[in-house]
Amino acid sequence: MATEILMPALSPTMEEGTLAKWLVNEGDEVTSGMIIAEIETDKATMEFEAVDEGTMGKILIAEGTEGVKVNTAIAILLEEGEDASAAVASAPAPAAETAPAQAATPTSVPAAPVEVISNASPDWPEGTEMKTQTVREALRDAMAEEMRANENVFLMGEEVAEYNGAYKVSQGLLDEFGAKRVIDTPITEHGFTGIGVGAAFGGLSPIVEFMTFNFAMQAIDQIINSAAKTLYMSGGQMGAPIVFRGANGAAARVGAQHSQDYAAWYAQVPGLKVAMPYSASDAKGLLKSAIRDPNPVIFLENEILYGRQFDVPVMDDFTIPFGKARIWREGSDVTIVSFGIGMQYALEAADTLAEEGISAEVIDLRTLRPIDYDTVLASVMKTNRCVTVEEGFPVASIGNHLSATIMEKAFDYLDAPVINCTGKDVPMPYAANLEKLALVTTDEVIAAVKQVTYR
Amino acid sequence: MATRKTAKKPNVSAEELLGYYRDMLLIRRFEEKAGQLYGMGLIGGFCHLYIGQEAVVVGLEAATKEGDKRITSYRDHGHMLACGMDPNGVMAELTGREGGYSKGKGGSMHMFSKEKHFYGGHGIVGAQVPLGAGLAFSDKYKGNDNVTFAYFGDGAANQGQVYETFNMAAIWELPVIFVIENNQYAMGTAQKRSTSTPDLYTRGEAFGIPGETVDGMDVLAVKAASEKAVAHCRAGKGPYILEVKTYRYRGHSMSDPAKYRTREEVQKMRDERDAIEHVRDLLLTGKHATEDDLKAIDKEIKAVVNESAEFSKASPEPALDELWTDIYA
Repeated sequence: MATEILMPALSPTMEEGTLAKWLVNEGDEVTSGMIIAEIETDKATMEFEAVDEGTMGKILIAEGTEGVKVNTAIAILLEEGEDASAAVASAPAPAAETAPAQAATPTSVPAAPVEVISNASPDWPEGTEMKTQTVREALRDAMAEEMRANENVFLMGEEVAEYNGAYKVSQGLLDEFGAKRVIDTPITEHGFTGIGVGAAFGGLSPIVEFMTFNFAMQAIDQIINSAAKTLYMSGGQMGAPIVFRGANGAAARVGAQHSQDYAAWYAQVPGLKVAMPYSASDAKGLLKSAIRDPNPVIFLENEILYGRQFDVPVMDDFTIPFGKARIWREGSDVTIVSFGIGMQYALEAADTLAEEGISAEVIDLRTLRPIDYDTVLASVMKTNRCVTVEEGFPVASIGNHLSATIMEKAFDYLDAPVINCTGKDVPMPYAANLEKLALVTTDEVIAAVKQVTYR
Repeated sequence: MATRKTAKKPNVSAEELLGYYRDMLLIRRFEEKAGQLYGMGLIGGFCHLYIGQEAVVVGLEAATKEGDKRITSYRDHGHMLACGMDPNGVMAELTGREGGYSKGKGGSMHMFSKEKHFYGGHGIVGAQVPLGAGLAFSDKYKGNDNVTFAYFGDGAANQGQVYETFNMAAIWELPVIFVIENNQYAMGTAQKRSTSTPDLYTRGEAFGIPGETVDGMDVLAVKAASEKAVAHCRAGKGPYILEVKTYRYRGHSMSDPAKYRTREEVQKMRDERDAIEHVRDLLLTGKHATEDDLKAIDKEIKAVVNESAEFSKASPEPALDELWTDIYA
């Protein structure tokens, strides 16, 4: 049967073009792959190849014709023994096989599923024995427990093995698990992050330690494009069960390139989960959950918190679920929401405010993707005021996002605008006095609370 | 039309040659059809065709066994067909339909098959190289003798992460074959304008990784090189580099008019070096097949490709609630 040759779309945006030149005449033999015409698109002149074989029966659009719409029949190709005139007469009607109309707006776009998160249950049973541990020890224990439980869990990163970790978080792991599972990498974040993600595709559960998250910017493409997006791009066939962990945010006097809080960056990316614990028990419980999670998890630690001591429950297997905030202290006058080291300022401020007769409820989000909106909203509906606290930059901060959410979901409950206490909008200075000024402070949190409570 | 000199009769069975002929022809006809569907607006966005390079992936796949893994860039249709993925599923992904390998959510550049150990389909130039080494890492960790083929182009060969990966693959002796498909143009930039030294197979020397170059228009030469590289990796000797010299007949992507090279250059490659014509010559001159035999294969392939096109048009667009699935496992 005769085949119609249609005007091709030769760029993602082409709708019509000029048939600049025919390179074959009627009656010529055409083979697959042969260049038969030149077509001018909106961008360039392109060569047009034949797909099917046959004889050029009839040229329907003369060369030089402008404004030929895509999918218009431009010629008829004949098979052996066919006659041109008969073929034209019997040629099928102009092809209706065009792309489905993209503009066809569905009557109702499905809404994003809402994750229902319970905040009612305590993190461990009442009466559980507790012991005092540093955040550093809690993180090490979490990794060790999960490595004992699952052979496919391994740790890789700079100085994690023989040096026992640049911040001693992996102390003792090489001795217990050996060089196969505790692996020193060269200083090549982009490369070893890609290798870690590939190992996760291959069925392992890597923990990739960044000495600090500042260096993860070298690897951001592998984290976002390879780890976070593959499950979606593969239609659910394969994803990356991997944990990226390390120190995040400002340490002390290390200057601009080593002092950035990436919480808001990672929290923006679908496909990632993001945890940023404050206490040792949360560090342990959340890291164990992160290692078991089938998704890529960003686990943001803090150098200053590594040495801080907290109570940790003594349990065989203790985990904290993602998406469950912790209410550190209950209050009635204002809600202070924070996470990570920001909790230090939030809690100090609450203590001082209590002495002045202002009762603050302090919420630790613990994870930033997913976020436990329910706990925050319930608290704001009770206190009618909210202050957020974080060390990161002010523009497009986690606090900005919470403010928007509270405005949408609890506008009528608010008695004052939400205030976001953040780091300042400057690269981190080195000088001690300026660094202090660049970070969020307890005094700023107190001032913000007084502002929203009109004191 | 081809004026090829067949140096010596290769020691290869009719069955094997016919297999390569069939596999390469499937890729070419499939890609021509994809180009056609693109022209009709059924395939959108970026679409990078593999026409001209067929012998590379077919020759390399000839030395694989079950369990071996492969990963490549965005010019990936040929790799998927060569490792046995279903043409219907590939074409339906190109048209963005429910029957595609990624349910229509990946597109030309992002397809995967766990079953066939095909790990993508990656759109960021060079990113698949460390990922491929990571796949090899997982096999070494598990203690099996599988090998990973990490394909990338002469353009990606200038990415920094490639050399970070060479270093780690060498120190950890990972069973990965780095296949540099050198088609001589990084999009529109000729290799000599972008690359300080022309011999890409020597790029592993600084890391102690052996490499060799092979004629990518000769499927038998590619297969022989693949066997050698695979034996090296399976024996636990670490990574290997193959620079496969090839040529792409079409533009970088569908909207590339390819003005950076002459029509004569392309035509000369097609006339004198075409990989499929080469095997066709071997089949006919070696009396392994008749013109009629080959015509029957052409017809068979055409039917497979036409069916994939029909399938890709008939398959519905993904359901709207697919927007929200597969974000988290």
